[in-house]
Amino acid sequence: MRTFLYSLIAATVATLSGPALAKDKLTIYTYESFTADWGPGPVVKKEFEAECGCDVAFVSVADGVALLNRVKLEGASTKADIVLGLDTNLTADAKATGLFAPHGAVSDVTVPGGWSDDTFVPFDYGYFAVVYDTEKLKMPPKSLKELVEGSADDKIVIQDPRTSTPGLGLLLWVKSVYGDKAPEAWAKLKTKVLTVTPGWSEAYGLFTKGEAPMVLSYTTSPAYHMVAENTERYQAASFEEGEYLQIEVAGITTTGAKNPLAQKFMTFMTGPKFQDAIPETNWMFPAGKTDKPLNPAFDKLVKPTKTLLFSPEVVAANRKAWVDEWLAVMSK
Amino acid sequence: MALAHPTDPRVGAGIMALAAIALLIGGAFAGLLVEGAGDLSGAWAAFDPYLLRVVRFTLWQAALSTLLSVGPALFVARALSRHPHFPGRAFILQLFAVPLALPAIVAALSILALYGRAGYFAGLFSAIGGQGWPGIYGLSGILVAHVFFNLPLATRLFLEALQTIPSDQWRLASQLGMGARPAFRLIEWPTLRAALPGVAGLVFMLCITSFTIVLTLGGGPAATTLEVGIYQALRFDFDPARAVALTLLQIGLTFIVVLALARLGANVTGDASLPVAPRRYLSVDRTEASLNATLIVLASLFVAGPMAATVAAGLGADLGRLAGEATVRQATLTSAVLAFLSALLSVMLSLALTVARRALVLNRRSGPRTLLEHATDTGAGFVLVVPPIVIGAGWFLLLRHVGDVFAIAPIMVVTVNAVMAMPFALRAVRPAYDAASERHERLCAQLGISGLARLRLVDWPSLRRPLATAFAFAMALSLGDLGVIALFGSDSVQTLPYLLLARMGSYRTQDAAGLALLLGLVCLALVLAADRLGKGMARDV
Repeated sequence: MRTFLYSLIAATVATLSGPALAKDKLTIYTYESFTADWGPGPVVKKEFEAECGCDVAFVSVADGVALLNRVKLEGASTKADIVLGLDTNLTADAKATGLFAPHGAVSDVTVPGGWSDDTFVPFDYGYFAVVYDTEKLKMPPKSLKELVEGSADDKIVIQDPRTSTPGLGLLLWVKSVYGDKAPEAWAKLKTKVLTVTPGWSEAYGLFTKGEAPMVLSYTTSPAYHMVAENTERYQAASFEEGEYLQIEVAGITTTGAKNPLAQKFMTFMTGPKFQDAIPETNWMFPAGKTDKPLNPAFDKLVKPTKTLLFSPEVVAANRKAWVDEWLAVMSK
Repeated sequence: MALAHPTDPRVGAGIMALAAIALLIGGAFAGLLVEGAGDLSGAWAAFDPYLLRVVRFTLWQAALSTLLSVGPALFVARALSRHPHFPGRAFILQLFAVPLALPAIVAALSILALYGRAGYFAGLFSAIGGQGWPGIYGLSGILVAHVFFNLPLATRLFLEALQTIPSDQWRLASQLGMGARPAFRLIEWPTLRAALPGVAGLVFMLCITSFTIVLTLGGGPAATTLEVGIYQALRFDFDPARAVALTLLQIGLTFIVVLALARLGANVTGDASLPVAPRRYLSVDRTEASLNATLIVLASLFVAGPMAATVAAGLGADLGRLAGEATVRQATLTSAVLAFLSALLSVMLSLALTVARRALVLNRRSGPRTLLEHATDTGAGFVLVVPPIVIGAGWFLLLRHVGDVFAIAPIMVVTVNAVMAMPFALRAVRPAYDAASERHERLCAQLGISGLARLRLVDWPSLRRPLATAFAFAMALSLGDLGVIALFGSDSVQTLPYLLLARMGSYRTQDAAGLALLLGLVCLALVLAADRLGKGMARDV
């Protein structure tokens, strides 16, 4: 009986003192495909845990927009130290919440057009592109103009800018090329649009099912099919006017500002151990230093002649008006 | 004589169920309003000319979808009830519960696999039309998809109602040598008509809140429902006040339609005597039999077609590897457990509301219906037009001040799904309970049996089968849920549809197809189990 009592006390003490002995923890909110088995998450977790001797906990939601919403819903009581996976179209909104803290000094990043932001740090980037099926479309459009004015028989599936990030990307792309003439361009493009889906998955699903020969996706989409499926059937069209850029960023929350690991992670994120994992798990271009060369499949991808991008402030100020403008034309 | 005493425990049970539902919805609204009260401009700005067009389209597509689902379902249900030994009947009925569990995107892709521009029938349609088949994008696509979801649902609910017709009526009809036509007019139609407003209302609510189907198959933002606006308000704009305003508009519109539908209905004059005749049916003449058979086969093909496409696509996936993945196994288990719990809660809620409504009806004798009676009747059904994302977001905002939002995620998923599935379960349970009550009420009053004893001894035998149907539907619905889980889901709570969408979102289309097949199979297995449970004593009734 006495032994039992002692062991009970010992167990209680061990339990109580447990948290003090436990490793420090870093909580990262991100999107689903990042933490999936095939995503960069597992590699990143392993590498960073080895480096910091801490525990990394991922919490994932559907996508970048859902990510920002989750943080807004949780407010200042959020458990997130780091929010990873917003894009530049969301950063102005994100800053306005006051839930993010300056990142300190992380400078080792290279993205087209350069980077200077005191709150968010890029971890990868990609370009929106019209991806086409080479078996269905022999003469892909060579410019946005050709796409807009081409035959109405060559259909494209696009996403709704009210619900999806690529949908908003295309809207901004057309706006940056056509400016005030964007409504006229949409009126022409409308005849070629097979359907407008709520998200990327639905659109890409319709495309690979053969419903339409073109879909709005990324220049890096063909890399997936080349590397994982060993086929060059799906290719991105290169547009004369250039491609619209998407930069994915991470930021430290006000909660994370109190956790020294957050700062460490941001530095780690721009280093080779994180960046090496990006191309073939997230199918985007690395924004920091890598050790490994890119898979040759990436060399075959479309290289934009010109990079198009609105600043976060311009997007935040005009998004609603531009979406309404789009809606007025498309819902006629 | 009022059969039910004012302090009938049944009324109490109903009030408790109503209170739970009101708490769930009211809490969510409160959460959103507290957050959004600071800025109501978005709520007002929502009411613009574009909204008028959206409302018009929302109502139009929902009305057409309801008509096309419910109309044929009346006749398919009747055909099925006339032929209890139709080959494969049980399987057809089980199959009819599966569409509910399929995520909208899976159903959309499966329907397009048949009728799309690159579908199986595209060649045939092109040959008939003389030019390239343009696919079914637009209103036609929306309607096909909605009928695919709702025709099977309405059929099963109508069939459930038809099975409450006392066997004495059939015996009498048989003795009188009634033909198919008068039998339909005098026996079946009154029962169907009583069930019609409820079923049509349910289908209408499902169509009015349709989101992915309308956007994907609608062909462009000209085809948009209010639900899209609500989603947009909470997602991109994070404008809780506007989300609440639009949700209230959606509830208001549905209310008007459901009120109008109620006029189509009729009260069945039930049969108060205990059935003494064994179950028997009118003999069906040959013309009618072949007509019925054609009807059943056509409806089954229409429903089975897209499902076959789902199976075909799923078989192309690396099923062995998928089944071996720990994530997939875990998600399957999570899905099954959550769906089971939701269905259980859902059936309990529905039963409470059903018995309360019946007690109130008996109590009232004549005169206008009380508010409470309305609430237990159609009122509770309106939860269906409150988007899960609204409930989820509202509670998220409320609870973040109180405790750990992650810890309550599974509870939220179960509760919200249970409440969402409750209107389905209600439709399945009520006709049987009301019919049983008509027969047993006097006896119970005389013997003084009430409460749990009555439920166990008197009601259970006749409720067993409809409860199983209700359970199957509630489970299928929860199994396919994506609304709540998308908001609350974290890495610790992943369901099959969630996993499916994740795979689709990262190029793994084959995996997604395999998971859709798995989801369909899990649903079928659960429905099968529910049916088995329900069968046991049903034969004696």
